Amino acid sequence: MSIEVKKNSQIFPDSNNTYYPEDELQVSSLVKELYKKNIPTELIGTGSKSFIGNKVQSANKLSLSKLSGVIEYLPEELYIRVKANTPLELIEKELEKNNQELAFEPMDFGFIENGKSNKGTIAGYLSCNFAGSRRFKVGSVRDHILGFRGVNGKGDVIKSGGTVVKNVTGYDLSKLVAGSFGTLVALTEVTLKVLPKKRLSNAIIIYTEDKRLVNELFDKISSSSSEISGAVYVPEEPQDESYKQNKEIVFKFNDLDSKVSFLALRVEGDKVSIDERVKALTKELDLNKLNTSKLDIHQSVPFWRKINNLEIFEQTKNNLLRAVIPPSKGNELMQKLGNKYKYYIDWCGSLYWIEVSSKKNMRIVEIKELVKEIGGYLTIIKTSPEYDYGEAVFTVDDTRLLISEKIKKSFDPKRVFNPGKMYRGI
Amino acid sequence: MSKLVLPKIDKKTLDKKEYIFKALAKLINPENILSHADEIKPYETDALAAYKQTPLAVVMPENTQEVSNILKFCHEENVKVVPRGAGTGLSGGALPLQDAILVSLGKFNKILEIDFENKCVVTQPGVTNLAITHAVQHKSFYYAPDPSSQLACSIGGNVAENSGGVHSLKYGTTTNNILGVEMVMMDGTICRIGGKTLDQEGYDLMGLICGSEGLLGVITEVTAKILKKPQVVKAALIGFPTIEEGGNAASEIISNGIIPAGMEIMDKALIEATDNFSKAGYPRDAELLLIVELDGTESEVNELLKQVSDICKKNNCSSLKLSKNEKERLSFWTGRKAAFPACGAMAPDYYCMDGSIPRGKLAEALLEIKRLSKKYDLLVANCFHAGDGNLHPLIMFDGNDKEQLRKTEEFGAEILKACVKLGGVITGEHGVGIEKRELMCEMFNDNDIQQQLDIKLSLDEKNLLNPGKVYPILRKCAEEGRVHVHRGEEKFPDLPRF
Repeated sequence: MSIEVKKNSQIFPDSNNTYYPEDELQVSSLVKELYKKNIPTELIGTGSKSFIGNKVQSANKLSLSKLSGVIEYLPEELYIRVKANTPLELIEKELEKNNQELAFEPMDFGFIENGKSNKGTIAGYLSCNFAGSRRFKVGSVRDHILGFRGVNGKGDVIKSGGTVVKNVTGYDLSKLVAGSFGTLVALTEVTLKVLPKKRLSNAIIIYTEDKRLVNELFDKISSSSSEISGAVYVPEEPQDESYKQNKEIVFKFNDLDSKVSFLALRVEGDKVSIDERVKALTKELDLNKLNTSKLDIHQSVPFWRKINNLEIFEQTKNNLLRAVIPPSKGNELMQKLGNKYKYYIDWCGSLYWIEVSSKKNMRIVEIKELVKEIGGYLTIIKTSPEYDYGEAVFTVDDTRLLISEKIKKSFDPKRVFNPGKMYRGI
Repeated sequence: MSKLVLPKIDKKTLDKKEYIFKALAKLINPENILSHADEIKPYETDALAAYKQTPLAVVMPENTQEVSNILKFCHEENVKVVPRGAGTGLSGGALPLQDAILVSLGKFNKILEIDFENKCVVTQPGVTNLAITHAVQHKSFYYAPDPSSQLACSIGGNVAENSGGVHSLKYGTTTNNILGVEMVMMDGTICRIGGKTLDQEGYDLMGLICGSEGLLGVITEVTAKILKKPQVVKAALIGFPTIEEGGNAASEIISNGIIPAGMEIMDKALIEATDNFSKAGYPRDAELLLIVELDGTESEVNELLKQVSDICKKNNCSSLKLSKNEKERLSFWTGRKAAFPACGAMAPDYYCMDGSIPRGKLAEALLEIKRLSKKYDLLVANCFHAGDGNLHPLIMFDGNDKEQLRKTEEFGAEILKACVKLGGVITGEHGVGIEKRELMCEMFNDNDIQQQLDIKLSLDEKNLLNPGKVYPILRKCAEEGRVHVHRGEEKFPDLPRF
């Protein structure tokens, strides 16, 4: 199937039926044609996270990869406006020049796919809304989007938001677009809030196997006024050959005994304030009574990078789940996981990344049920090649599904964009 | 005030008024239905008191099921509904309609659960913003968004308006500080979004509801995130001889990597007005006054204050005072928080504007406002949430002078248009409501507005929930868009407004 867009310039698909429009106008013209002819289309950037979500049933692909580059970066205004398919890496490099960063700490899904870094594009990242370790302190990806431009499923160019933090002019569509997995809008431009980078970072490591203590510590950390910006727990790996035993190698640092289970927390700031915070925490968490060590800046920065790269699940052929729960329910989920699964806990007890061996596919349903029961939700990030239980990738109830269907219709009435990517019928 | 155009009155609804009352009396306790003129009077307006409308009836449901029943009935009978929280909104979002039922959430006034483990408070929407902080402060927690009306405004209304406050640069607005809501859609469907988890999966309906000004659903429960109070909070009070130097200093503070908890600016007119009014001890010779508040650990705050001081000195500040204790820090804020009443004391009437601009354009914006002030021969005082770019010019005039009123309206519209030209928006925190409805097309084209209307109609296909608000009826940029206060007759005159 090929479409000719004549209005402005002709766009032809390549041999894989992929279209590469070069600007917003071309995207709009192309989508207008797709809409007219009722052609379902998969939206792609660089494809770094295309394995997440259901398989899109469409022969056509619309690559937005040519819409790339920084449009405007005003460090003193704390925002950067970029074309939607600008690689995250490029944005981060640009911000680095002014000692700024995307505070939500973008994750890197390249390692679980093929062992190499591949952060993909900002549009792809926004579409997934998966924030890194700093989430519990600074908010998610959606909290850092100030505005966007894009093309809806009818081919109309639309915009929402702006470049200012305080803005209540009309519905906040930026939030809606975040986490929509490309089912609402083909993004063409995104404005992101940026923040100054903290000067230094240290990590305090607490060695413990005690699940109750881990949850107690998470509770104390999130109740602390010491502005902790990362808190993870990495338990020992299960003695099961179906899981790669790489924890010790991934977290090989001079001051970290990575063989055993450990909780790590991050303090940031200048040297004096880090020292002050560590002192306060020593009292708050009763650290003198625990087995601890400390990672200096040279170890702390790569440590948190490895966490956010999901490196312990590198090139896994197993299933990978992402569960978000109310932190008070940590004990229940940890008990359920026991030492049968490889997992780690992020966001100070709220987020669980769980690897389920391909031999235990059935367990996914059990874990999902428990997560729902304790008030959380579970996303199946990746399934093993043998997985065929057809469990829904996302968690949704009937009412929200109905509302989601209505919203989808208002943006993309003919289901041109990524049909079925999230839910059946959307 | 310009004549307000409202949605066409549905005569059929008025004709079956008695039937509607009877039906409602079966759905909720009849004592909670107000239909007598005297009973309804207090509900005729919100804090945009210049506009008044008498609703068909006021209903005060006591639980979510009752809200659902009322909405379902109204949906089936094609009766319009206007939801109302505390009625402190400044943009007329809760203005009744003559053919609409006003659903007051006043009886939803209980905190349901305080959950320190999950760092949240589950509350009914009629609970005030400040009551949430009061409920958790004994353990040194607080709810971060702090709109100036926090003593009276309800958390449900905060969600509807996505309310901000002085600290929103560092701590965000409502949308960044709630975890879940329960709401009732116009057809009566009860929907729970989020819960006690961070983020939600799927379409971010909570993000959509925050700031939707009561057009998409009626909020019946809110789960608000609570934060631990910072260890140390200190402030600096700095005077500048020129607008440019003060504006530059504010910009430089941010570009030097400092994120203040709060950063406020006042111009000379306001310094004098507030100092006369509240005796705050502000530097009266300064053209511009900057208040910077910082939080963190003791040494961090001291170090940041030193950096702020250096930046201000470099920008030729004429005075600089650092708070030595909590009492002094609060005293720095006294004048700023009295800004609105101080203006009320200076002239018979004032219009409060609300626009956002990029921080770096402050000097430009203030100079433009100064120019317009001369052009219209009207006094204006400016306060500015410099941290997040939110500007509140207060235009002073005498409403009895028709010519002055006309000029003031033109002046105000020109200011908001200037905000858009400088890269900003027409409302930072007060909402669009009916007040700025016709100015929406300054920012959005037909496609943008159509997409928003399509969402509205997808969730409320008969357009019965709070119709006539936010989206232009005239589709022309009329000169509306201000809060008009006449001889202190502001609703909630005792509420601080900053």
